[in-house]
Amino acid sequence: MAYGPKIIDHYENPRNVGKFGTTAELKDRKDVGVGLVGAPECGDVLQLQIKVNPDTGIIEDAKFKTFGCGSAIASSSVATEWLKGRTVDQAEEIKNTQIVEELSLPPVKIHCSVLAEDAIRAALKDYREKNGIATEADKEEHAH
Amino acid sequence: MSTKQAAHYPKPIYMDHAATTPCDPRVVEAMLPYFTEHFGNPGSRNHKMGWDAEAGVDLAREQVAKLIGADEKEVIFTSGATEGNNLAIKGAAYLYEKAPAGSGQPRGHIITGTIEHKAVLDPCKRLQKEGFDVSFLQAPPDGVYTAAMVLAAIRPDTILVSIMWANNEIGTINEIREIGKVCKERGIIFHVDGTQWVGKMPTDVNKDNIDLLTFSGHKMYGPKGVGAMYVRRRGPRVRLQALQDGGGQERGFRSGTLNVTGIVGLGKACEIAMQEMEHDAMRLAKLRKKLEDGLTSRLDSSAVNGHKDKRLPHIANISFGFVEGEGLMMAIKEIACSSGSACTSASLEPSYVLKGLGVGDELAHSSLRLSLGRWTTEAEVDFAIEKIVQGVSKLREMSPLYDMYKEGIDISKIEWAHH
Repeated sequence: MAYGPKIIDHYENPRNVGKFGTTAELKDRKDVGVGLVGAPECGDVLQLQIKVNPDTGIIEDAKFKTFGCGSAIASSSVATEWLKGRTVDQAEEIKNTQIVEELSLPPVKIHCSVLAEDAIRAALKDYREKNGIATEADKEEHAH
Repeated sequence: MSTKQAAHYPKPIYMDHAATTPCDPRVVEAMLPYFTEHFGNPGSRNHKMGWDAEAGVDLAREQVAKLIGADEKEVIFTSGATEGNNLAIKGAAYLYEKAPAGSGQPRGHIITGTIEHKAVLDPCKRLQKEGFDVSFLQAPPDGVYTAAMVLAAIRPDTILVSIMWANNEIGTINEIREIGKVCKERGIIFHVDGTQWVGKMPTDVNKDNIDLLTFSGHKMYGPKGVGAMYVRRRGPRVRLQALQDGGGQERGFRSGTLNVTGIVGLGKACEIAMQEMEHDAMRLAKLRKKLEDGLTSRLDSSAVNGHKDKRLPHIANISFGFVEGEGLMMAIKEIACSSGSACTSASLEPSYVLKGLGVGDELAHSSLRLSLGRWTTEAEVDFAIEKIVQGVSKLREMSPLYDMYKEGIDISKIEWAHH
């Protein structure tokens, strides 16, 4: 696979590898949102965790663990970098196309960026559900 | 990988001999005069250039025949095993068919396996579309096809059985001699794709009961783009319908000017194999064992794929649970090898061979094939063990699945969102 220097860099020096606790511990942690997407049979599983400051709504830390190819690892690594410092609402703005651009992902690897976006959404959703926060989309739905 | 990028990579150690082998320098030396000095067309019967080229081809035919225990008249030169397999399977099917195309009648039954090379599977699938009935025998978990499995699938209208000698991904060896016996007793043509076997292991087409045997030069330290095919002439005389029309070279089986340089190289590679394969096989079996034992003893949740003993000396195929193959190959870029991972295949599907054994897609994604060769050293094997242990350990630190495994969570019970 022809990989650009940014993928190689994120693969070899992945940012923010880790987690904020075991699966059991995190179930009750209201300040942590967990996103787990992909499937082992498909060859990639991304686990993304965000730690949110409950007062400011700002993502103070983000961590990932990924089972997958170099692009899946690099996409996860970039996602954690971009999540830190954003509010939960701002985090929704991260799009897979931006990850494709940042890493110059080859066409066959675009699904890795899609998976990273899915993992972000899943982590944000988990955080919101734990804290009973409705998204903009939910609010609109209720208004109709 | 562009050539520009490739230039920045240091040369890795080569453990992908099942993909291709380097040419033996003795092979290259034998070939060289045939590019310039003996450049003639062996079909030119009336001048010295033609005769010299023909002499080179004749010698190569003897060398190939000797390696497989055949008569030189039974050797047909091809462009490689893909062409050979197409010619053997389609050529035999068209000639031995029970009813012609378009007659609406069943054309005949063919038996092959699900973990054969694509160059066997795809010709069989084409024949299926053309009205032949094909049984793709399910591989057992150890990957070894037995005579009993083939016997159980044979029908009165079976015309052809095609089973590979040894599997290219997992290195397992099938019961060729016994399958051949079953076919011989019933007058069924038996084709063997010997690509990974011939030149590595002793071959005797008569004792092994083979009617058609195909193989390539570049898997046995010969050049690419040349191969040979054995076509039995006695007991029974096997006939084939040619797939390519033209000048009628190679007894009409394979028209086209002979690739003289390639053929000379293939012949030389066969001669060297004859002298050195026993030594090579014994040496490589020890190294492969060291590699397999070194990795599986140091890494938990790792296992050799395919039968433990009925396997080629030089091919190791190992799954490392919770780690994805392409990601792993990036971590061990000092080692040139291959993986059953989807990300390393053109089809983006994990290895159908490993899936065929029932190891599960997840372990297929997690596999590495390391294939050793004539110049692999023990130091390289030791280096590979260290690198792979480091790579797997590093990626497991990053793997959510390995965490779950250690936490005692059953990964198969999680509802994964398939994409």
